[in-house]
Amino acid sequence: MPQIAQILETYASQFFWLLIVFGLIYFTIGKGMLPKIEANMDARDRKIADDLAAAERARAEADNLGDSGEADLAAARLVAQAKANDAKAKAAKDAEQRLAKADAEVGAKLAAAEADLAKASAAAMASIETVAAEAAADIVAKVSGAKVSAAQAASAVKAVMANG
Amino acid sequence: MAGESGKIDPMHQFQIEPLAPLNIGGYDVSFTNSSLFMMIVLGALWLFMWGGMKRDLVPGRWQMAVEGVTGFVNNMVTSSVGPEGKKYVPLVFSLFMFILMANFMGMMPFGIVPGVHPFTVTSHLTVTAVLAVLSFGTVLVVGFWRHGLHFFSLFVPHGTPWWLLWLIPLIELFSFLIRPFSLALRLFVAMTAGHVLMKVLAGFVINGLNAQAAWVPLVVSVPSFILMIGITLLELLVCAIQAYVFALLTSLYINDAVNLH
Repeated sequence: MPQIAQILETYASQFFWLLIVFGLIYFTIGKGMLPKIEANMDARDRKIADDLAAAERARAEADNLGDSGEADLAAARLVAQAKANDAKAKAAKDAEQRLAKADAEVGAKLAAAEADLAKASAAAMASIETVAAEAAADIVAKVSGAKVSAAQAASAVKAVMANG
Repeated sequence: MAGESGKIDPMHQFQIEPLAPLNIGGYDVSFTNSSLFMMIVLGALWLFMWGGMKRDLVPGRWQMAVEGVTGFVNNMVTSSVGPEGKKYVPLVFSLFMFILMANFMGMMPFGIVPGVHPFTVTSHLTVTAVLAVLSFGTVLVVGFWRHGLHFFSLFVPHGTPWWLLWLIPLIELFSFLIRPFSLALRLFVAMTAGHVLMKVLAGFVINGLNAQAAWVPLVVSVPSFILMIGITLLELLVCAIQAYVFALLTSLYINDAVNLH
């Protein structure tokens, strides 16, 4: 086995070159390059974590905005509904008032017309009485030749009309 | 690979051959094929990491691969040691990547180029021992630095009955002191055994094809070749697992030093 057979001749050379090579590896690669690579990896991990946190924050904010938007919408809907109800009630009241006014006007006109009618019919009645009295006096005069005064005829007609 | 007698020596792949002789202070520190493969590992690892240095916010494929490995080691250390483990990530990462790359480099089919032999750095006890000592030394330094002599309470686990106080610390001390050896031997043995097995099977394939009798290739070479495909895949898995085990045990030992059970 050359590893053991040659050990006395070669150990110095092996130690010497191994220490040089391993020293170079430790100081240039282990201490020089490795920390830079690790720093880069750490920076990337940190960036990813930061970006994730930012995204999470943005999402929470968006959620909040969505919630408040919905609340706004609901409130607006309530207000609109109340306004609509108000308007409806007002309109109904207005219509009622107008209706009542028109009713009253119509009632007044009706009453006036009725009064006119009554007056006219009373007047007509009165004129019928006088016409009847005159006719009665004329008839009496023609039939009996007796002169009947207007007053007598009127009272006679009155009496008949009151009965009939 | 083939010896003088035409036989295939499965141990030849572990032979260290000097490429450029060098002597410093009386020590022979020649640049060898082992040193060359350490350099190749360093280059490959540097290239791999360099590809992940673009530092884009959205990573490409290469950057994703590099970040996957760094994230894996980071996760392993912090889950064993806790948040304080961040400090030890460079060490564990260096150990893990060096062992992983060295294991894989030993598996690369460089042998198809004549005269080139892949060399598995981690199949050498000298190398795994240094890595284990680095791991164990870190545990000792961190333990005594943070806890002083109180670090020895590591050898008295919570809930030890008083009548076992003479035995448990001895066992704990022994298991603590054996850690560097188990770390070094585990990696060394796993890599050596795997490569020997692959080389023996490859020898079966080649010697079977060269045999005189016509039935030998069909009966020996073909099954060996099919088996070798499976063993190679298994060996690639072992490469990754051994690197993982070494790094995981190191981070668990560091956890002992930092948190004292």
